Amino acid sequence: MTNKNMLTDKDFLTKQKPTWCPGCGNYAIWIAMRQALAELNLDPHKVLIVYGVGCSGNDTNFIKTYAWHSLHGRTLPTAIGAKLANKDLTVIAMGGDGDGYGEGLGHFLHAIRGNVNVTYIVHDNKVYGLTTGQTAPTSDRGFKSKSTPEGTLDTAVNPIALSLAQGASFVARGFSGQAEHLKNIFKAAILHQGFSLVDVFQPCVTFNKINTFKWFFDRLYNLDEKKDFSKTNFQQALAESMIWGEKIPYGVFYQDQKPEYVASLTQLQGLALVKRPMKVRDITKLMYEFK
Amino acid sequence: MQTKQNLSWKIGGEAGFGIKSAGMMLAKIFMKTGYETFDYTEYPSLIRGGHNTYQVMVDALEVNSVTREVDILVALNKETIDLHRDELNFGSMVIYDKDKISNIRAVKGINFLPIALTTLAKQAGGELMRNVVALGATLAVLEQPRNIADQVIKETFGSKGGEVIKNNLLALALGYKEAKKVYQEKFICSLPPQKKNNNILIAANEALALGAVANGLNFYAGYPMTPSSSILQYVASIAEKVGIVFKHAEDEISVINMCLGAAHVGARAMTATSGGGFALMTEALGLAGITETPLVIVDSQRPGPATGLPTWTEQGDLQFMLHAAPGDFPRIIMAPGDTREAFQMGAEALNLAEIYQTPVIILLDKFLSEGSSTVPEFSTHGLKIKRGKLLSQEQLNKLSKFERYKLTVDGISTRSLPGMKNGLFIANSDEHDSGGYSSENAQNRQQQVDKRAAKLQSFAKVMPEPVIYGHPKAKKTVVVWGSTKGPVLDAYRLLSKKQQSNIKILQLQYIWPLATNFVSNALRHSKQILLIENNSSAQLGQLIAQETGIIIKNKLLKYDGRPFFREEIIKALSKL
Repeated sequence: MTNKNMLTDKDFLTKQKPTWCPGCGNYAIWIAMRQALAELNLDPHKVLIVYGVGCSGNDTNFIKTYAWHSLHGRTLPTAIGAKLANKDLTVIAMGGDGDGYGEGLGHFLHAIRGNVNVTYIVHDNKVYGLTTGQTAPTSDRGFKSKSTPEGTLDTAVNPIALSLAQGASFVARGFSGQAEHLKNIFKAAILHQGFSLVDVFQPCVTFNKINTFKWFFDRLYNLDEKKDFSKTNFQQALAESMIWGEKIPYGVFYQDQKPEYVASLTQLQGLALVKRPMKVRDITKLMYEFK
Repeated sequence: MQTKQNLSWKIGGEAGFGIKSAGMMLAKIFMKTGYETFDYTEYPSLIRGGHNTYQVMVDALEVNSVTREVDILVALNKETIDLHRDELNFGSMVIYDKDKISNIRAVKGINFLPIALTTLAKQAGGELMRNVVALGATLAVLEQPRNIADQVIKETFGSKGGEVIKNNLLALALGYKEAKKVYQEKFICSLPPQKKNNNILIAANEALALGAVANGLNFYAGYPMTPSSSILQYVASIAEKVGIVFKHAEDEISVINMCLGAAHVGARAMTATSGGGFALMTEALGLAGITETPLVIVDSQRPGPATGLPTWTEQGDLQFMLHAAPGDFPRIIMAPGDTREAFQMGAEALNLAEIYQTPVIILLDKFLSEGSSTVPEFSTHGLKIKRGKLLSQEQLNKLSKFERYKLTVDGISTRSLPGMKNGLFIANSDEHDSGGYSSENAQNRQQQVDKRAAKLQSFAKVMPEPVIYGHPKAKKTVVVWGSTKGPVLDAYRLLSKKQQSNIKILQLQYIWPLATNFVSNALRHSKQILLIENNSSAQLGQLIAQETGIIIKNKLLKYDGRPFFREEIIKALSKL
């Protein structure tokens, strides 16, 4: 029996047409996210998505929920602040790899430390797209671009290993070439009670001629289908996180239940902060210490 | 010998000697005796060692400044005497630890009172209590009864247990008795008990925080930076009790973005920092401006730039606050002149931020932030939560189409909160149309810029006027803002009636928007103007010149990290 009030991905469309290049990996993320929200039956007005700055950030105009288009690299503090103030909202942060692992790397690690129930989707295309093709923190050593014409000397950030080492409670990788799988990972990440990272390989057809769809298809193997792999085994997850090159794992690396920040705050028991009546407080007792 | 009913008391020694503790206790003792007090501390950026002082001014009348001159200097080490010898005057006294300091050269007219602070402290239970022994000696010299002091000792050390209280009471008694034995003259300061009052002893930092707490503050993310840190620590200490969500975040950029996220969904958010921390927050300041999100940020100023003088005072960030962040957008800047105004503005800023949907900056400085003074207990009578054009769900339901950034005459649009049906919008760091969608359209851009600017004009029309003290028709005008109010008013009170009748003091509580017409009128009708600022470039003077065309040539500027001493102001006012 179908529920007439069931949401579909179309309920999350705005009137704006996406402006990404044809073939961009962002389209799959866009569709997967809308489908995930619909299948989880989350009303658009109960969802807040915090966007970063970049091609992925332009998604702010294409998904119909409450939205905050943040500064470059600063999605996570904003998302955390919003969740703390209104724990009833589903809060999702969406940004690129330059945004999140370059400018925002510090905030990323600290967000993991707090384990606030926020879902973080990173559009990982290993290049700076919107600023027309510079090297990203996730570009492999030797990657040539307008900013590293001789090939970058830095090795790539490994967000999976970093987040595992820092104690993240949900760590996953998705791929724009596997939209159905991506949708399911999004759902799992949103449902997870804690900070969840989904790093999504999202090929940039215009500026990254190395890490293309084909490049990924040739290398990826799915941990969700790997024999003897358990997503609750930390050592296994760590080992898989270090694998890169001819073979690259994706899927859910690790999921565990750790104390979630909002649930641990005494003052947030009961009503969400912003739903409490706001009134002038009686400060008489507070002044005793100054007498 | 003529006595005076006020006192300038200073204790000095290394960090770790309990300088601050002794000072606060003395202030509390005199507050409970019915006096007004004002304190000022000097300390280097160290945890141990260095040279620390704590100065307490005691007066029957309200006091909001310090004098350079000291009546009683308590020296826990020789360095204190060497460094502050020239602040002593005829009739002053130096109480010093004779166990540690010897060979003091006598100075005519100055009483040197050697007390065995170390020996007596050890007798009471430990050398650490030298400060309390000295406190006892002070009270004996001033012929104060011990009961109030004993009460203050019990309150101060209450949390440390019976043994500690007992030892400190003994330390106080030993110092008191010893001084009574060695000094039997009448001191120049005579402080008989005054009528009991309903005062509290509080610094501007805590007062501001209390004002915000009273008026609905429910979210605080912060990062420590001297001299703002006690705001963070105070809010943290009461957060769980009063229901505020408090987070010490990893850096100032996280702090301000976190506050914005919370404010976006409907919290009343505030943070506090100093100039360097504010510098990190500037990009997000602009974000608050363009997304029209309410936020209160306190900048407690210290000498800059960069790390500067972390533990000293200056009014050097005014121009920075006016211009921080790229682009034009509205901001409100307030500058409390004393602790009472800090309370009021802490409360009012939260209202203004939500009414005008824009960032509000409150400027303090180390002199006000960390200087406790006596004030009447704060009252919340008359405080009101005002949330501006925030819509309820019922109101939202009635609208056929909700546009968060709709163009309006006063520049202020109606506001929804995430979670509300029919209120979807994008809070966009990009320039955006009335619904919040990113837009590069030329006409839209101009309209949105004008809309935001209109908000500031709307406030300028209704904002409180600058304050005039003294004789409103006087032709000599002294211009002050922030912490220079206290020293100037205190100095003014000491002038002759004739001098007073010729002078009025103009205090700007709102730096931006500037009350251009009011200031213009006040200054154009003056025969003489004196601008007094704690910075090197006359930053308010620059703003006044910019907005009114009036260039104030006569300026008293101080920028050595110290506040204005009363004597400096008296001298300047007398020259007018």
